[in-house]
Amino acid sequence: MDASYITPFMTSIQNVFSTMFQLPVDIGEPSIKTDNTATHDVSGIIGVSGEMLGTIVLSMPKDAALSIVTLFTGMEMEADSEDFVDAVGELVNMISGNAKAEFQRKGVSISCPSVVTGENHRVSTPSGTACVKIPCSTDCGEVVLEIALREATAEDKEPQTRAA
Amino acid sequence: MRILLIDDSKTMRNIQKSVLKQLGHTDIEEACDGQDALNKVPAFKPELCLVDWNMPNMDGLTFVKTFRETDKTTPLIMVTTEAEKSRVIEAIKAGVNNYVVKPFTPDLLSERITETIAKCAA
Repeated sequence: MDASYITPFMTSIQNVFSTMFQLPVDIGEPSIKTDNTATHDVSGIIGVSGEMLGTIVLSMPKDAALSIVTLFTGMEMEADSEDFVDAVGELVNMISGNAKAEFQRKGVSISCPSVVTGENHRVSTPSGTACVKIPCSTDCGEVVLEIALREATAEDKEPQTRAA
Repeated sequence: MRILLIDDSKTMRNIQKSVLKQLGHTDIEEACDGQDALNKVPAFKPELCLVDWNMPNMDGLTFVKTFRETDKTTPLIMVTTEAEKSRVIEAIKAGVNNYVVKPFTPDLLSERITETIAKCAA
């Protein structure tokens, strides 16, 4: 995967966490993820479509996610509450939107966020797309950004053209 | 002042609500997408709207375009993760008066709200 796809996400998670709740983030060494099993038990997921295809996942251990959401919202929540899901979704939404701006392309769209919780759940990535894990260390615990992005091919775009 | 918050994230509406309350605004209605907002506009008659862009059912840009068909003056502030210049221009062309990119600090949002209200009242 092009390294220029990864750097914007490193900057973005630092920007979102520091701006919204003053939480510094130390970025670790990115590595390739080799399976679809979630790294941690809370996943905030955004789909990318248009000129680029893929998924962006903010994967957090439950305890870290609860602490981060408390900082973000100013409220303590249960991990199975709608408000917790909403807050995790908004975090990955801001991280993705912020990074997307760095791509400087008009034709890239991000989906509304989805959130999955539970041990050993799986998050699939589009075929032919490598997934890069970016470890992010915070005072609330270690979280991981998982970026699986590639250029859309003519083949990917074909069904959309037909539908239009 | 009657203010309509349009965002599919309750978390984000709560953050914006708390900034508005600090500015002394308490007459606040909430909508979870563009369609919900359009349904609430006739009864609530907002004097300011804060609009997210990416929402299910009806996005913020469609809301702005539809709202502006009948209301050319009520100030609209887009509060969104869409940070590309082309998106900002698109939103301004559609009729938004100001633009705030998420993430934002409470001070920045507060500043944009105050300047928009002042500019539109002048």
